[in-house]
Amino acid sequence: MTNSDHILALSDVSFRWPGQTSFALNVRDFRLDPAETVLLLGESGSGKSTLLSLICGTILAKSGRVHVAGTDIGGLSSGQRDRFRAEQIGLIFQQFNLLPFASVRDNILLPLRFAPDRAGRVSAPLATAERLCRDLGLPEDVMAQKAGRLSVGQQQRVAAARALIGTPPLIVADEPTSSLDAVTQATFLDLLFAQSRAHGSTVMMVSHDSRLANQFDRVIDMADIAHTTRYAA
Amino acid sequence: MILRLAFASLLARALTVAMTILAIALSVMLFLGVEKVRTGAKASFADTISGTDLIVGARSGSVQLLLYSVFRIGNATNNLTWESYQDIAERPEVDWIVPISLGDSHRQFRVMGTTTAFFDRYKYRSGQSLSIQHGAVMDDLFDATIGADVAQTLGYAVGDPIVVAHGLASFTEHKDQPFRVSGILAKTGTPVDRTVIVSLAAIEAIHVDWQSGAQIPGQSTPVDEIRQMDLQPQAVTAALVGVKSRLQIFGLQRAINEYPQEPLLAILPGVALQELWQIVGIAETALVAVSAMVIVTAMIGMMATIFSSLNERRREMAIFRAMGARPWVILSLLVLEAALMAALGALLGLVLLYLGLWVAQPLIDSAFGLWIPIVAPSMREFWVLLGVVCAGAIVSMVPAIRAYRLSLADGMMVKI
Repeated sequence: MTNSDHILALSDVSFRWPGQTSFALNVRDFRLDPAETVLLLGESGSGKSTLLSLICGTILAKSGRVHVAGTDIGGLSSGQRDRFRAEQIGLIFQQFNLLPFASVRDNILLPLRFAPDRAGRVSAPLATAERLCRDLGLPEDVMAQKAGRLSVGQQQRVAAARALIGTPPLIVADEPTSSLDAVTQATFLDLLFAQSRAHGSTVMMVSHDSRLANQFDRVIDMADIAHTTRYAA
Repeated sequence: MILRLAFASLLARALTVAMTILAIALSVMLFLGVEKVRTGAKASFADTISGTDLIVGARSGSVQLLLYSVFRIGNATNNLTWESYQDIAERPEVDWIVPISLGDSHRQFRVMGTTTAFFDRYKYRSGQSLSIQHGAVMDDLFDATIGADVAQTLGYAVGDPIVVAHGLASFTEHKDQPFRVSGILAKTGTPVDRTVIVSLAAIEAIHVDWQSGAQIPGQSTPVDEIRQMDLQPQAVTAALVGVKSRLQIFGLQRAINEYPQEPLLAILPGVALQELWQIVGIAETALVAVSAMVIVTAMIGMMATIFSSLNERRREMAIFRAMGARPWVILSLLVLEAALMAALGALLGLVLLYLGLWVAQPLIDSAFGLWIPIVAPSMREFWVLLGVVCAGAIVSMVPAIRAYRLSLADGMMVKI
């Protein structure tokens, strides 16, 4: 398979934070197939966040290549990478995902503002956002509410709706369930997977919690794909 | 949507934002208020005298002559003799001439002796004439026509008797010759409002028993006897002159200034007003500068507020970045926010200004004789408001650039 067949392909990537000599991340080979769900397991400090930043293009690899949906993002300008991220990747964070002062509706529609192609795929943004909220089990009147007023579980589901709108090919979730209790965790993942499968999106979730493993197509250990170097200070 | 988000973000920090907006509003109100008072004062100043081509008096300074003859501020150092007055009056260029004689007072108001021609010739606010509100122009020797402020302050009505005091702020009164209020002038917004006008002969009449500025002891000529006397004045304080053709103004001015028998001075009121305004202008500029500094202070306050909000808003910026916003979107969002705050502040300031004007207009008028008209904002005020919004945007660039740097470094992950 070539790089363009994978939704995500990292090869011989190395990265070092500027001005920091004590940490370096090297990824020899890491690929994700379209429409699969992958759990990336790693302890804190294993370079997960750095890896996510590399994939999202907010930082650039010192060497090697990062392909997202067939595009080498190292060849894009920083402005192009910002738009590319908005077009191709739906993001869910551990917490504080939403603009608390904005309505749920505006939060969900925000990425479309920066991604014209993705916005073009959504014929009726408002109706689509409403449907996503309903499918993710959010209450009917949630759209007009301020995001900051929702419970943490509800906020995570709104974040999921925001990641799913306009069906980006890749959904990256950084410990989205760590602030949820076990029951809510399971429901959240069920809903997320149902939506991503319906739209053929790849889900890559990063977590330190191996108990979630059985819900995913594939489980990868950070240690198997990435080599982090730490020098004792 | 970005605009709506900026609004929502401001609303979420309503209290701080409201304080910032209030500070800007007050500074804008102050600045525009100073402007209003300044232009109002300047206009009412320039409106004090019009239609008079020359003012003639004893040789002193042109500003001094203007001040005492028109504004009733200060005193004449010397008089204009009646002979010289007659000489000037007979010159062929002179269309009309009105003598004025100052030096006495009634309570806090100055008494001016003149002829009835004064009421026809004195013009203010681009050619408006004086008009009598109650009663009539003085007719009898002991009649007085009083300005609107005199009548209002002292509660005088037509027919009331008044006693003129010798000199200014003096306790020596011309008790022997009481005057009667014959008429009250309509309000003009000029020093005439604060003047008691009597005939030139009346000024002579009350000084019949006086010599060298003091009453001759024991001497008191009865009023009836005074009426029989020749009350031709020996001198007047100044004269207002109108020429037949405007082309003759400078010729007549030169002739009077070079008058051989007596050192005289003829001034063009407009030119003297300009000179006077140049002196006042320094204070005026200082006032504008101070109120401009207040706006600058409010702007720096806003900058400080934005700066201190940056840290707590790093997550917000990271979310924008994660959603695909370029760093310049973050920058423009902050600038937009500041411009919104400045615009709201400017608008609120304008509203406060008009409210304040509405309340203070009668107070300022009664206290300073300054009528500030309530008119729609001028182009100049519009530019000031626009300037405030632009200044807000420019000032916010400083924290915005810092936010730009932060969001470049943070990316989508904030490590707090």
